[in-house]
This record gives sequence, C-alpha cells and structure tokens, in this order.
Amino acid sequence: MVSEYIGKVFPPLEVEVEKGQLRFFAKAVGESNPIYFDEAAARAEGHRSILVPPTYTVTLSIAELDPFQKYRDMGINPEQMLHAQQKFEYFAPIYAGDKITFTSRIVDFIERRKGAIKFLIEETDAVNQLGELTTRFRKTVVIKGNGLNDVGVKEEGGEA
Amino acid sequence: MNIRLDTPTSNIKVGDELPTLTKAPITRTTLAYFCGASNDHNPVHVDIDAAQAAGMEDVFVHGMLNMAYVGQMLTQWLPQQCLRSFEVKFGAMVYVGDELSCKGLVTEKFEHAGENCVRIKLSALNQHEEVKLTGEAVVAVPESESNL
Repeated sequence: MVSEYIGKVFPPLEVEVEKGQLRFFAKAVGESNPIYFDEAAARAEGHRSILVPPTYTVTLSIAELDPFQKYRDMGINPEQMLHAQQKFEYFAPIYAGDKITFTSRIVDFIERRKGAIKFLIEETDAVNQLGELTTRFRKTVVIKGNGLNDVGVKEEGGEA
Repeated sequence: MNIRLDTPTSNIKVGDELPTLTKAPITRTTLAYFCGASNDHNPVHVDIDAAQAAGMEDVFVHGMLNMAYVGQMLTQWLPQQCLRSFEVKFGAMVYVGDELSCKGLVTEKFEHAGENCVRIKLSALNQHEEVKLTGEAVVAVPESESNL
C-alpha cells in the first residue's frame, strides 16, 4: 500500500548556495539579467549577493549524490517518474552564500487503476541560516508502471 | 528596498498581456547543460539509450527547464521580489527542437495581506502553437515606484 507513506518526513538536507553553480544555471537557461550571475551587478541593484532565481530552490533541494535513492526506497523507479505539477510560494529571497535547510514530506500518495498509475505529492520547506522560511514548494509526480510515453495524466481530472 | 522598476505597475489592468518571451530552440546541448546545472541527473533527459529503455523514442526536456523559462518571462516583467507564488502544470512533453514562447495574461487584481496583487495566467507554447505548460502566478505590485 502506498498510503503508508503519506506523512513520511525525509531527513533534512542542508545546502550552501554556491555562486559557481548559479552562474552555470544562468548559462543553461539563457539568463540575461546579471543579478542572477554577477555579484557586482546584483549588489548594484540592492541585493546582498547573486539572487537565486524563482525555480532554483528545487535544484538546491536535490544537491546530493543520489537524490533519487529516497524514491527507490519507496519502491519507485525514478525513470518512471514524470513531473506533473510544481508550485512555489515565496516568503524571503535566497542569495549566494546562504545555507538552506530543506525538509520534505509526502503530502499525498494516491493509486489509481489498481496501482497502474500513482500520484505522489511532496512538499518541501526551504529555511535559511536565520531560521526564516524562504520558499515552500510542492511537487506532484506521476508514476506509471509500464513506461513514460503514455502517462495519461490528462484523464486524471486536473492532475496533468 | 532599492529596486529598479522598468515597468509602470500602477496602471496594470485585467486583460493586459505580459511581454512574450520566446526562447531559442532547445538542443541536446541545452539539455546537457541543464542536467548538470539543475542537479537533475535523470538520464532520460540526456541519454537516448536510457530514454528508449524507459519506453520513449527520444530524450525529453526537463519540466523544470520549461518552468525556468516561464519564470524568466515573469522576472523580465517585474522584479522577482514581487513574486508571491508561481505554479505550473506540465501538460505535454517538450522535445529537442521545440521553441517555447512563454506568455502571461493578467486575470485579476485583488488585495491580499495588505498588498495589491495581480493574478497572471501563464502558458508556454511551442512553434506549432501546441500548449506545453499552463499555470498561474501571483505578484504583489506597488501602486507606484515611490512605494518600493
């Protein structure tokens, strides 16, 4: 039964926000605003260092050698996981040099069609070195038993 | 806060469209960079053998890359500090060669927690006008630049 995992809290992960990887991320997404890759430009705009862009907290939250192991431990093959939805709520900015502690929990884990398709909803809090909640995000993934190419998420009533 | 604002915000109206952001067509190199930069090393995004073993014809684009593009569209319109929430549904796979256009439409103005907020309907379409992603953002907008 997948429902036994509902409410499961994963061990916290502490991550230091690195300038070098922020620059690489900016290059990867074709970012042109220098507050996202140049410290001097960020300071000139009133920021205390390079600003973490809106979706980067997910990147920080999986900054470990094998971020998929926790799903394998739950019997999920990561290559059958498909990201269906993502939500962020923002409370305070994150900058290069910050130390962020991520705590994730399984909010819901639903089986449909006798387990042929599953929906996993995971919520994560990103708390900075001052103890402030900076960002809360919620990830919904679809897991299908027999491959990724026909996930059928549109049939699941708004879960696509 | 000392934020420069290039967009006048006091006259945002329901029905306003945000400036569309059209990104360069996605290449395999884009996916290789994003794999490394995003920490998402799932091989189905970069290794065609792994993608085919998972039942796909080819690699497909990380959902979070598509969402990062939509985030850029938002932060090119207003400073990121204005962003209160941002959510998307990844409705369809994005593939190598797709050229995404990120769009936003103001659908509501409302007050929340003492702030003037605007709700924005989000979408990303490829070059064939296929909707790949839909979503919503809430931004807090100052009445005028002097309030920043």
